[in-house]
Amino acid sequence: MSRTGWILATLASHWRRNPVQLAALIVGLALATALWSGVQAINAEARCSYAKATALLGGPDVGVLRPARGKTLPQSVFVELRRAGYQVSPLVEGAISVNGKRLRILGIEPISMPSQAAPDGLQGDAVADGIPAFLQPPWEALAAPETVAVLEGNPDLPPRRADGSLPENLLVVDIGVAQTLLGLEGSISRLLMAQDVEVPDATLNRLGLRLAAPSEQDAATGLTDSFHLNLTAFAFLAFAVGLLIVRACIGLALEQRLPTFRTLRACGASARELAIAVLIEVLALAILAGLAGLVLGYLIAAALLPDVAGSLRGLYGVSVSGTLRFAPEWVLSGLGMSVLGALAAATAALWTVYRMPPLAAARPDAWRATQGRQMRQGLAAAALCAAAGVALYAYGDSLEAGFATIACVLLTAALVLPAIVGSILAIAGSVVRSPVSEWMIADMRQQLPGLSLALVALLLALAANVGVGTMVGGFRETFLEWLDRRLAAEVYVRGVDEAQARAIDAWAAQQPEVSELLPGRFADAFLTDQPVEVRSVVDAPTYRDGWPLLRASPDAWDAIFSDEAAMLSEQAAVRLGMGLGDTVDLGTGPLQIVGIYADYGNPKGQVMLSLERLERDFPDARRMGTGIRLDRAAIDPLLERMTQAFEVPPDNIIDQVALKRLSRQTFERTFAVTAALNVLTLLVASIALLTALLTLFDRRLAQLAPVWALGLARRQLAGLELAKTLVLAALTALVAIPVGLILAWLLVAVVNVKAFGWRLPLIPYPEQWLTLGLLAVAVAAIAAIVPTIRLSRIAPAQLLKVFASAR
Amino acid sequence: MPAKLLIVVWLVFAPAIGLAQGFAGLGTDADGYRQVSPDRVLSFPADHGPHPGYRIEWWYLTANLKGEHGKDYGVQYTLFRQAGAPPPEREGWSNQQFWLGHIALTSADRHLYDERLARGGTGQAGAIAEPFEAWIDAWHLGTTGAGAATALGFGQLRLQAAGSDFAYDLTLTTAAPPVLQGKGGYSVKSDRGQASYYYSQPYFQAQGSIQIAGRTVSVSGRAWMDREWSSQPLAEDQSGWDWFSLHLDDTTKLMLFRLRHDDGQDFLSGNWIDANGSTPISGDDISLEILEETELPGRTVPTSWRVRVQSRGVDVSVTPLNAAAWNGTQIGYWEGPVFGQGTHNAVGYLEMTGY
Repeated sequence: MSRTGWILATLASHWRRNPVQLAALIVGLALATALWSGVQAINAEARCSYAKATALLGGPDVGVLRPARGKTLPQSVFVELRRAGYQVSPLVEGAISVNGKRLRILGIEPISMPSQAAPDGLQGDAVADGIPAFLQPPWEALAAPETVAVLEGNPDLPPRRADGSLPENLLVVDIGVAQTLLGLEGSISRLLMAQDVEVPDATLNRLGLRLAAPSEQDAATGLTDSFHLNLTAFAFLAFAVGLLIVRACIGLALEQRLPTFRTLRACGASARELAIAVLIEVLALAILAGLAGLVLGYLIAAALLPDVAGSLRGLYGVSVSGTLRFAPEWVLSGLGMSVLGALAAATAALWTVYRMPPLAAARPDAWRATQGRQMRQGLAAAALCAAAGVALYAYGDSLEAGFATIACVLLTAALVLPAIVGSILAIAGSVVRSPVSEWMIADMRQQLPGLSLALVALLLALAANVGVGTMVGGFRETFLEWLDRRLAAEVYVRGVDEAQARAIDAWAAQQPEVSELLPGRFADAFLTDQPVEVRSVVDAPTYRDGWPLLRASPDAWDAIFSDEAAMLSEQAAVRLGMGLGDTVDLGTGPLQIVGIYADYGNPKGQVMLSLERLERDFPDARRMGTGIRLDRAAIDPLLERMTQAFEVPPDNIIDQVALKRLSRQTFERTFAVTAALNVLTLLVASIALLTALLTLFDRRLAQLAPVWALGLARRQLAGLELAKTLVLAALTALVAIPVGLILAWLLVAVVNVKAFGWRLPLIPYPEQWLTLGLLAVAVAAIAAIVPTIRLSRIAPAQLLKVFASAR
Repeated sequence: MPAKLLIVVWLVFAPAIGLAQGFAGLGTDADGYRQVSPDRVLSFPADHGPHPGYRIEWWYLTANLKGEHGKDYGVQYTLFRQAGAPPPEREGWSNQQFWLGHIALTSADRHLYDERLARGGTGQAGAIAEPFEAWIDAWHLGTTGAGAATALGFGQLRLQAAGSDFAYDLTLTTAAPPVLQGKGGYSVKSDRGQASYYYSQPYFQAQGSIQIAGRTVSVSGRAWMDREWSSQPLAEDQSGWDWFSLHLDDTTKLMLFRLRHDDGQDFLSGNWIDANGSTPISGDDISLEILEETELPGRTVPTSWRVRVQSRGVDVSVTPLNAAAWNGTQIGYWEGPVFGQGTHNAVGYLEMTGY
């Protein structure tokens, strides 16, 4: 064996003697890696699915040409463009009625389709099986597994094959099959093309085409981004907590091995060789733990993904595959975090080993002498961190600055926690009078430095839980209420052109079950050089009673319908620095601002006018989908009659009730994910606490033995030890709540605003704090159980030995 | 289009074009497809158009060109048709024909190529006998001017195609009628009776321009078109071919090929084309000898040959303009301009599949 090998073997003997410490190190790092890589895996899978879904629907990666008027194009347009060298792919869509239910039909031409637009069932390994049967007899159809089940045994449709990447109630078939099913022979609905294909405007005009605007799903995209940002932030905090365990373990292992290092140095090992050996040891442990963490992370992600998938599928109409695929990005990210984290945690240890003079090493408790100095240094560092945080908050103006501020807050909290808990204990110590209580408090203060890393881990876990929980909770409440108000109508219908829209409006107004009809228009305009959307509103109870106003003048609605006033979206108001009572001019005369409303997820500012005023000022304003209010039960019959009377493409009819029901399910599932992450982070923290308590156990005997000798029973002593741990945990939880609230506030007021341009209100959830406080105490209790039992059963001889060994 | 999709479509529906890997289905029975027979008399211009009852078919044009400053270039334009199912023909999108286009432009230091795949039934790709046209997307070979009326329909053609970084636009003219290969257009491909219908037009004069490296270059030279269709052109144990088309001089042309057998017993055949017409050359009259091989990524390809036809006194060493003329299309093969030196100063094209 080489010299390094011998040094490594000598160092490893420590872990053989302290298997719990080793286990804690590996478990801590593995759990931290698991949470990180698990969340990364979920995010990666979700992003992959979004990209696919938006592409299938003609999203950002794929250009879409639509008919300039009407809803179909002659197929010859496709051939003409191809023969002119433009690589476009035809698509036909529509809906048919199957057993009284609407079934969307999407006909694609897989050979010319941009690859990113093809469904899963026609990509990758599925190609060999999928393609031949898809575009040749038996002309198989692809559908979501649920839809395949619903259509089981239907002889009128082509044979179905399940494709998990597809939304429900959709049949993807070859274009020729779709044309036959829909009675659209020789017609196509739109053309897809790779983003780099550019067809000149003159050609588009001649062929009656228009380039479709990029996906109208921007709002949903913003919201899913926010969702994933939360998950990522959570994962990162969990990882940081895990690193604290690693730092504690490595530091402790170093300290306990100082005599070994000295002996090795005395035997001739150089500082360099020792440092390399420690580095190898750390790397080996990091890779081992990282691999274990990846496996665990995969399991976590696989367990959580169906919930995430279900929730995102419903709300945004995008489907996230319920099965996890192996993706190198999160595997590398997980392993990289594990190795880098372990190295970061071990830097101090490495430095100590490298700089250690050969003969001055064997003072395992030396650092205790510097405890007071360390505390002062910690407070100084905390003051610096806090100052940096305040400066970042005051002067920072970016998302990165927002996250840096959060990091400063957490670091400050971590650095001052021992001092705060120490101070509280000091005050308590001056109040209590019974000797046992006095000893207990004094002992807790003495114990504090050894436990502080574990308590910091607990603090971070709890603060993160409070912060993210508050933000997500506020997100749910606000967003759902907003969605209810903004999408109040049961059904939205958009005519393919002005004539059809008017006809549908007139028809709908005569239907007995329709209680309110909410037509609307929108236009683009400029407001002091800023592009804004102008939208209309009609005088209806739905708006008067339900519009999500943040602020409004009295009689705001009457003012709007007098055609002399406007309302602004929150984003527009913030960007223009305007408020109630100010006047705006869209180039068509002054309008007084009488209300500010929430418009979450819209990247553009918005101005809202009465429909009359908008039609007068913007004669070429486009139509919005007309909202139809009616009894839920009447929706399907009405739509059935409507599609018989008018050729409305299925994409132009939105059943908002179903969408909202799904969005509620979404959030319940979202909370299942959040709750699971909460529990896992706390688990990491409890392992930190357990590790600290176990490693302190032997050293604590020196303090406990005299108290035992003075007459306290071992069980009493054990009870006191447990109580002390619980008190420390409770104090930590007390500090964690305000820290968590600051965190939540920063997420809501800085990160969200920077990331998405709108601000959600901060809604405190005291019952959540109480639950978390109790959880913290429970976690501490679980962590303290093993040491407590050990203490209550310890042989008196062992306590006596403390005196015998003349400490 | 996903790369994998193209491979699968072509391999599943098109096992018989004989390019490289796709040989699994070659020996299978051609149930339902029309079979090649020695008795059929080819007729023009009708046979310039597609024969959908046969499994495979191609329009294959190669040109040896010289630029303004004497630089040599080669141009390839190929349209393959492959039936996914035997007749009857289905209409519209359910049509069972698949079309594959390959284009390439070769100079001494560049070899550029591109490909397209399309379904039949819509007009996106196809071929017409009269006036002659064979196209896929914007890649087009077809009659121009008074071309349809002369040389049995091939009198004047225009060839236009553009890949992502190259393009060509050539006018092809000839006064000569097409030349029947094999015996009267019946070309035997193995000792066990595999055969195809095969005719050529090797007398095109080509004139036009190419675009390469962002420059437009005027070019002129000779072009050669091959037309071939069959339902089962290769025997089960044939693994690829080496095919030569050589302009020995203005009027004398030589076509010969070697179909490689797994057991090394290769099948050789050819035709001698001159003022007296087209005469088959028997296999034992032909000698092909590899002079030099070229290492290309993933394969070794014999790029220099000694070609001998004893009865005609031909003994030339054939060398490539660009030894790296590999078409890295989904189904890859070597296709490039060559020069012959020895008893004749020849130019022509060499195609090698199955490497």
